[in-house]
Amino acid sequence: MSGEEFVPLSLTPLLIGMFAAVACALPGNFLVLRRQALIGDAISHVVLPGIVVAFLITGMVSTWPMMLGAAGAAVLAVVLIEAIRKLGRIEPGAAMGVTFTSMFAAGVLLLEQSNTSNVHLDVEHALYGNLESLIWLDAIGWQSLFDPIALAALPHELVRMSVTLVVVSVFIWVFWRPLKLSTFDEGFARTLGIPTDLVGLALVIIAAIAAVAAFDAVGSIIVIAMFICPPAAARLMTNRLETQIMWSVIFALLSAILGFFIAGYGPLWIGAENAVSAAGMIATVSGLILAATAIWGPCRKRGGAPVS
Amino acid sequence: MFWDAIFLQLGYNATLVTIGACFLGIAAGVTGTFLFLRKRALVSDAISHATLPGVALAFIIMVSFGLDGRNLIGLLAGSAVSAWFGLLCVSWLTRFTRLAEDAAIGAVLSVFFGFGIVLLTVIQSMSAGRQAGLEGFLLGSTAGMLWNDAIIIVVGGALTLAIVLAYRRPMEMVSFDPEFAAASGLNVARIDLIIMWLAMAVTVVGLKIVGLILIVAMLIIPPVTARFWTDRTDRVALISGGVGGAAGYLGAALSASAPSLPTGPIIVLVSFAFFAVSLFFAPNRGVLAAFLRHRSFQRRVHMRQGLLALAQGQPIYEALTLKLLRNADLARADGVATETGRARAAKALRDEKRWEIVRADQAFEGAAALYDGLREIETVLTSDQIQEIDQRIGGPKGVLS
Repeated sequence: MSGEEFVPLSLTPLLIGMFAAVACALPGNFLVLRRQALIGDAISHVVLPGIVVAFLITGMVSTWPMMLGAAGAAVLAVVLIEAIRKLGRIEPGAAMGVTFTSMFAAGVLLLEQSNTSNVHLDVEHALYGNLESLIWLDAIGWQSLFDPIALAALPHELVRMSVTLVVVSVFIWVFWRPLKLSTFDEGFARTLGIPTDLVGLALVIIAAIAAVAAFDAVGSIIVIAMFICPPAAARLMTNRLETQIMWSVIFALLSAILGFFIAGYGPLWIGAENAVSAAGMIATVSGLILAATAIWGPCRKRGGAPVS
Repeated sequence: MFWDAIFLQLGYNATLVTIGACFLGIAAGVTGTFLFLRKRALVSDAISHATLPGVALAFIIMVSFGLDGRNLIGLLAGSAVSAWFGLLCVSWLTRFTRLAEDAAIGAVLSVFFGFGIVLLTVIQSMSAGRQAGLEGFLLGSTAGMLWNDAIIIVVGGALTLAIVLAYRRPMEMVSFDPEFAAASGLNVARIDLIIMWLAMAVTVVGLKIVGLILIVAMLIIPPVTARFWTDRTDRVALISGGVGGAAGYLGAALSASAPSLPTGPIIVLVSFAFFAVSLFFAPNRGVLAAFLRHRSFQRRVHMRQGLLALAQGQPIYEALTLKLLRNADLARADGVATETGRARAAKALRDEKRWEIVRADQAFEGAAALYDGLREIETVLTSDQIQEIDQRIGGPKGVLS
């Protein structure tokens, strides 16, 4: 595969997929350890009503209002889940189930009611994204990477996703100690004066930012898969948080790269003509990685002792 | 139009869908109760997302054997098989690895759903797949439903409901107290399995009406709603079935009454409306009831403290206390007690003294345990006992010698 073909058609979607995977996997590590894995699931469902409302208010499909709408919906969902849990004294799983299904249903209903048939806004798009279409038309080969004119025409999603990745990484790097302490021993963290509730809320917000940014580019299915599968697989590889995060990044990158290429070129190798959904394939590969670590991972058992 | 739909006057298909949705809602509400009480509500999310690859594979297999790929029974059978496989994965991951159940659920639902989407894109590239309409299973679509499909849904909903009713007792016992159920000779693991199977059956039957993303709501929202109204397991199941059935019926009827009202979301939003009403207005567990309870408690505390302050001749600065006393005609606006106010205040002070004696005396230990600073002493002790205490306090004595 030559540079002329690879750079414009595959490089940007691949990079976007990789960045999205890592940006979701990083906070996912803490969510899995804190048993909040399904927050990612809930957030990615409520993104739909958020963008629909943003579209109805502004009347156009543009990025920033939709991102704001999605983020607003995510925050509203988190607040609602907490409120229902506290006010109704309901277990968190059920409170989450009530909230995200109702908000998603409201989103679908709004979408059907509003006249959006002429706009590219539909439920399927929200679910699978359009990773394959994020191509870099101005590139003519590897040399375009040093060409300022071509670089200016990079897909916005790539820029946004890399900014998100930086934000997520900086957050985790800066708040490493409070995050780690409050995840493993909340009581101890509180005696040290760490505001554990705030840390938990900040983590959920960072997860929401990652989910909203990634959702726009790759659809919610990758978001859920990347929040959970790479960190869960990494959890079965090691007992140290630092090592776990390293593994989760490796697994996320591996799923993104393998998934993208299998989706794009796999069908051609076995003689089919059309490529399959890259988002779906990335999720599938991450599931296979999780299955492999669940069978052979050195720390897969409870109790923490490596399996000999 | 809406009333036509409610009274099933909109043609055979709409009627069948409405009845089917009602059966499905009842079955989902009752099954969901047991999932909810076992604290496994979100397992249904994994089950429902895991149906997608099964639907797609069933389509591919049926087409490659030269059959009609849209055969509903075939598609539903496929969805059941893959949902079952997804459920096995969840329980295997939680049992044999250190992953918690939520991580296992999330992993299974996203991976199965992702793989399902891969298969959907494969189907789209098949020549027979262009008109498959399998996307309808994501959000449900009752618009172009065939007579046969509607019959399948009604029969499936009725069958599921029948099984739920048959196993109601053991499921109630297991979800209320698994240890007791095991001690009374029930096979808890098997009952849990039946609950899961039923959740799966509800999901599969509901695919066509509600769609796989929203079917979770039918299993979760009615039980949560019902839980507000009662503390008894059997009644939670009963109310939950009622709420589910009503939501299914009303939702399906509403959506049939106008275009661009998709069935699944409407059913979910109707159940959410039931939930919201219960959250705020349920007796005892509702938000309004809790607020009223808090306010009446606050008033009792203020009243009591106000009376004691009057009795001891202390000034009252608290505005609420003064207002309560004035409203009850026990004090004037400047905080001076009225005639009745003085009598009540004297009684309050005397009760305080009586309680002091009760709490100091071992013989009244049982009564003293009920002391909370507000309780009327007459509700705890008999008049004989109070008289005995009064004798210990002694009568009023002359002021001058």
